[in-house]
Amino acid sequence: MHADGRPVSLAEYEAAGGYRALRRALAELPPAEVTALVKDSRLRGRGGAGFPTGGKWGFVPLGPEAPRPKYLLVNADEMEPGTFKDRLLLENDPHLLIEGVALAAYAIEAETAFLFLRQEYKRAAAVLRQALAEARAAGYLGRRILGSAVDLEVHLHASGGRYICGEETALMSALEGKRANPRTKPPFPPIVGVWGQPTVVQNVETLCNVPGIVAHGVPWYLSLSKGKDGGTKLYGASGRVRRPGIWELPLGTTAGEIIAEHAGGMTPGRRLRAFLPGGASTDFLGPEHLEVAMDFEAVQAAGSRLGTGTMILLDDTVCPVGATLNLIRFFAQESCGWCTPCRDGLPWAAATLQAIEEGRGEPDDLEILEHHCRLLAPGFTFCALAPGAVEPLQSALRIFREDFERHIREQRCSHREARGEGPALVGAAREKS
Amino acid sequence: MGEPLVKVYIEGRPHEVPAGLNLLQASLALGFEVPYFCWHPALGSIGACRQCAVKQFRDENDTRGKIVMACMTPAVEGTRISIADGEAIAFRAAVIEWLMTNHPHDCPVCDEGGECHLQDMTQLTGHTYRRFRFRKRTFHNQSLGPAVMHEMNRCIQCYRCVRFYRDYAGGGDLHPFALRNLTWFGRSQEGTLASPFSGNLVEVCPTGVFTDKTLHRHYARPWDLQTAPSICVHCGVGCNTIAGERYGTLRRIRNRYHPELNGFFLCDRGRYGYEFLHYARLEAPRGDALRVPQEPDGEARASVSAQDADALLDRAAQFLAASRGLAGIGSPRASLESNFALRRLVGPARFCNGLSARQARLAARAAGILRETPGRIASPADIENADAILVLGVDLLGAGPRFELGARQAALRQAAGRAAQLGIESWNDVFVRIVADREASGLMLVSPRATSLDRAAREVVRASPEEAARLGFAIAHELDAAAPEPGELDEAARGRARAIASALRAAGRPAIVSGIEAGCAELLAATANIARALANAGREACLALLVPECNTMGVTLLSENGIELAADLVARGEADTLIVLENDLARRCPPRMLAELLGRARLLVVDHLATPTAARAALALPAAPFSESAGTLVNHEGRLQRHYAVHPPRPGTRPAWQWLVDLGDRARVPATGTRERAPEPRIAELWEALARETPALAAIAAVGRTAREWGGQPIPRQPARYSGRTAMIAHREVHEPAPPTDPDTPFSFSMEGYPGEVPAEWIARYWAPGWNSVQALHRFHEELAGPLRASGADARAFGRARNDRGHQDPRDERADGTRTGGARPAGGFARPGSLRADALPSPLPATRGILRLLTRQEVFGSEELSDRAPAVRERRPEPEAVIGPEDARALGLSDGGCVRVIGIDGETAAEACAASDASVPGAAGLGLVWLLPLRIDPTLPAGHVVVPAGYREQPAWETVAYARVEKPQEEEA
Repeated sequence: MHADGRPVSLAEYEAAGGYRALRRALAELPPAEVTALVKDSRLRGRGGAGFPTGGKWGFVPLGPEAPRPKYLLVNADEMEPGTFKDRLLLENDPHLLIEGVALAAYAIEAETAFLFLRQEYKRAAAVLRQALAEARAAGYLGRRILGSAVDLEVHLHASGGRYICGEETALMSALEGKRANPRTKPPFPPIVGVWGQPTVVQNVETLCNVPGIVAHGVPWYLSLSKGKDGGTKLYGASGRVRRPGIWELPLGTTAGEIIAEHAGGMTPGRRLRAFLPGGASTDFLGPEHLEVAMDFEAVQAAGSRLGTGTMILLDDTVCPVGATLNLIRFFAQESCGWCTPCRDGLPWAAATLQAIEEGRGEPDDLEILEHHCRLLAPGFTFCALAPGAVEPLQSALRIFREDFERHIREQRCSHREARGEGPALVGAAREKS
Repeated sequence: MGEPLVKVYIEGRPHEVPAGLNLLQASLALGFEVPYFCWHPALGSIGACRQCAVKQFRDENDTRGKIVMACMTPAVEGTRISIADGEAIAFRAAVIEWLMTNHPHDCPVCDEGGECHLQDMTQLTGHTYRRFRFRKRTFHNQSLGPAVMHEMNRCIQCYRCVRFYRDYAGGGDLHPFALRNLTWFGRSQEGTLASPFSGNLVEVCPTGVFTDKTLHRHYARPWDLQTAPSICVHCGVGCNTIAGERYGTLRRIRNRYHPELNGFFLCDRGRYGYEFLHYARLEAPRGDALRVPQEPDGEARASVSAQDADALLDRAAQFLAASRGLAGIGSPRASLESNFALRRLVGPARFCNGLSARQARLAARAAGILRETPGRIASPADIENADAILVLGVDLLGAGPRFELGARQAALRQAAGRAAQLGIESWNDVFVRIVADREASGLMLVSPRATSLDRAAREVVRASPEEAARLGFAIAHELDAAAPEPGELDEAARGRARAIASALRAAGRPAIVSGIEAGCAELLAATANIARALANAGREACLALLVPECNTMGVTLLSENGIELAADLVARGEADTLIVLENDLARRCPPRMLAELLGRARLLVVDHLATPTAARAALALPAAPFSESAGTLVNHEGRLQRHYAVHPPRPGTRPAWQWLVDLGDRARVPATGTRERAPEPRIAELWEALARETPALAAIAAVGRTAREWGGQPIPRQPARYSGRTAMIAHREVHEPAPPTDPDTPFSFSMEGYPGEVPAEWIARYWAPGWNSVQALHRFHEELAGPLRASGADARAFGRARNDRGHQDPRDERADGTRTGGARPAGGFARPGSLRADALPSPLPATRGILRLLTRQEVFGSEELSDRAPAVRERRPEPEAVIGPEDARALGLSDGGCVRVIGIDGETAAEACAASDASVPGAAGLGLVWLLPLRIDPTLPAGHVVVPAGYREQPAWETVAYARVEKPQEEEA
């Protein structure tokens, strides 16, 4: 990648060994073997859920009897608060993604792929458009790729701009031109996906791992990781650190190392109170968890999720009630309105948090919030949005219990006053404003 | 039941349910109380509301279990669930609590209150105390036209409205907008909902967002409505309804589930047409002239009207006694009993069915074909289940709206098969629709004009009725070489015939629909040949021939003679007095002919409607309409169905049959004599005579049952929650009068009576403890969305009743040789010869301005009764004349201009075509003239003009086959 943010051109990408994996696959590897390589590499999805990638591909029916067309959808609708890792790849190294797309489509024998891009990623859109044209002109995409019998058309589709579009089944609804409501599983997308056809939905970063696996092999890929699962991970840190950013590091690098060595530690005078390890929809972890290896299992064991692997840090000057309110308000705002618990539960939780933060909390409010944390659970709600939304809330209620209780007891927010904002407008004053 | 049974465990106890259900369906079918919102028996499951959560266990050792949505979980062998699990109960209560955060506390002023599914479910889940202390969101409400009220603040976002309106009924102007808890359902701008099925929103909505605007205008609490089972009187399909009354006026119509006809849904004509009763009623005449001297002490006032009625009867008897010859004109909108009573009064030779000459011929032909057709006669349910549907020459939306809705479901039912291969259950609505979107539809339409179904069809052919008939004969010939060829068919048409024939042959359940609306007897014959050819090829084809009015088929079976019989009797001087039963003659004959008839004969009209005919009568007897009398109607299938009085007739009015029977009695017995009370109500005698004299209608014995024959306690018309009984007439009378008796039916006008399960056709309302909304229906089902419990055998004039309830593929039956098809009528093929014999050249030479006249049945506006109801009337399309561009050019007419359409009969048209000059002899002879705006339809076959059928301004267009179209005079334009 270029330090100045200029995207890697096709010539530069090829010079660095780019598209070698695709040539190899087309020449030597039948589709099922590509899938087998990815399975063996222990690559897990980098979009947040961590589903084994090769396993997902293995569900797609192959061969002449398989339903046609089949689709590969690239989830580039990066809207998780605090997460900006895919943007780096999209804007700077588009051919890495395109090669990953071509390999994945080859592995599942899909003839069409859609890049479902976050609406605000205007620069990425321009870069991708350019790169797709280059790749098409060079014969990496289009009909009879590199002289083989394989066809692949890749379309760039800009999202309508909702968080829910990043949920893979809602993404399919949106792509079909319907309301972006999620769909039930089963049937699973590899069997009945977009327009009812076999479909694989894959995150940008995940696909960017595939060329390396195919080019350099499984042992090399496994050796990159510090843990059980293969490869590297783009880790990020935002908040009051010296150098917020994104770094590609071995999977399993500890949170403490990422913060201290790569992000340069906390800014002077700020103390770390907690961090969200993988975006807004993961549980808060405390400073005692800095030694936790940032891989799928270790973070889970610590009581949270790796998620997108991009940390949001909370320091001692930030009101944890306000921060949680900020998150829950976002999720309430982004609920698609399909299922009751999410649609009507999150706004209630947000209103309750707002009341507490503004000094209007009532003693029963914490029970109301806990009630929502209990019941907005996986399987209770239609999709993962609401369960993800309450992860920071439930951990905040545990970790910052004293802050919540003090807000209610004192009917004020000390952080608000420290910022010199004074009490929130309440009652009649609020109605008027 | 076609499906095998599977064992599911609920609370640890085994239960057997048919395979293929989800756990919600299974639980409800077994009588368990599981609350739900987004699921609907006709719309399937989407898993959105999360209200039907239950706990599922892996096996008998699993004690933890997990929460699942019952509606999205298949009930397979060995499934173990708990509805009473504590966590499931708590979650269901939480769902209601969430829904209630924004639902207003306006139940006391909400039209839905008391029959609200949300109220019922709130009670069921036990949410009582409000913890949400923040502001409720408020929404904008729209004016959606005369039929449906909109109050979005009550919305609980179950998505049923758009799923019915858009997905099920094909409507395009109701959308979900916005998202999260601001999701809002409505139109992009205010305006009348365009779908002719919009009224179903009232029943589909689980709460008071969409409510019945006509009910609102004369509101009564749902539990205060006296109800009775009824039959829709606004077309020939015979949908089942429940009519509700308070204080002597009908307040609303609701759907009454019938598994083969209307299912869960009515059209808006059927739902809102009832308000004709509030307008243009034929009033009981009052005045001293009619009133016998009152007793000085003054009996109860109610008896005054009865005395009026007796006086009126005397007058009528005298009127008839003075006649030198009677003729009776029956009616396709009057009951079998009334028509038959008239036939008895005047004698069969002097009774006609009251249809126009043309329509009488067509209806008789249709009845003849249906009597002999080898397959089943198609109901809307058969159309839903068909995998190939050929609609020949009619627009289903006008001809039988419920068929249009049925045809829309066929593709979905078909897709269920492919969905099953993908592991998608038939109730998984979102995915079955995704699969259906990729499936080719089995719908093939042959029609002269664009129809509402064109977009859903695989094949659309534009053809005149004659061309459609030729195509039909050709299809039959393709299917069976023994079926005669029509000749005169170009290669393109032959190719179409081959394609349609092969689609029908490949189908497991083919269906053919046509009707008499097209005005072409040969078209009917062609459908008969297709059905027979399919039968000969080993397929069982369902055939439906749609008729326009609620008893067209019944009255045709009583007499095949149309109105010309009465006209001939009058013309020959053999009759000078016409008894007209519930019929506006202006709809049945052209104005000039009507004037001649009325110039020579005196009229005695028996009707409930103040028609132009009644206005010209020497004497008019006010009859009780469908809601105030019981009567039997025969639908397009030949199915006999009985409607029951919802409330007693208005003072002074009687059921028409009773007037007519009374008149007969008066003719035999001196007017002042007192009759002895017959041992059985007279209706029973009438049925007996009807069955004896018209064997085709012998099934009347099965549908008509008097209170005595029922034998049990009477069935109450008033619900157990009925209020105000003792106060309703307290301003006139402090004593509570004894309820009127009704010996002719099993019902009482009372709250008291038989509390148990009644035969399905006598269900007066859907209610069960805890289930006050229409959702109580599931408590009446034998199978959810299948037959009702306690449903008796169909009563049919012809055709076979559906004996297998599992909709089996007839090909499967053949495979194992269990089919018993020996009783097939052995008719032959109809020959298309007359297609050429009685038809003029097609297309007609347009230069003479003579065109084949086609009438267009509009959902709103074409039907006589509903056109008087504001909610229907206001939605009537503006009348217009439509011609093709070639004819417009030849006649020098342009789009948007005005034309004069002059109806002419076949003879006149033939003469005009034969004439050497451009004159049209006798063109004005019928008096059927209409000045209309012109629209040019590029797809309309040349040589045709289309005008709306049955519009009040000029209702008799269906009586003629041709019209001259010309530019209006300067001053007219």
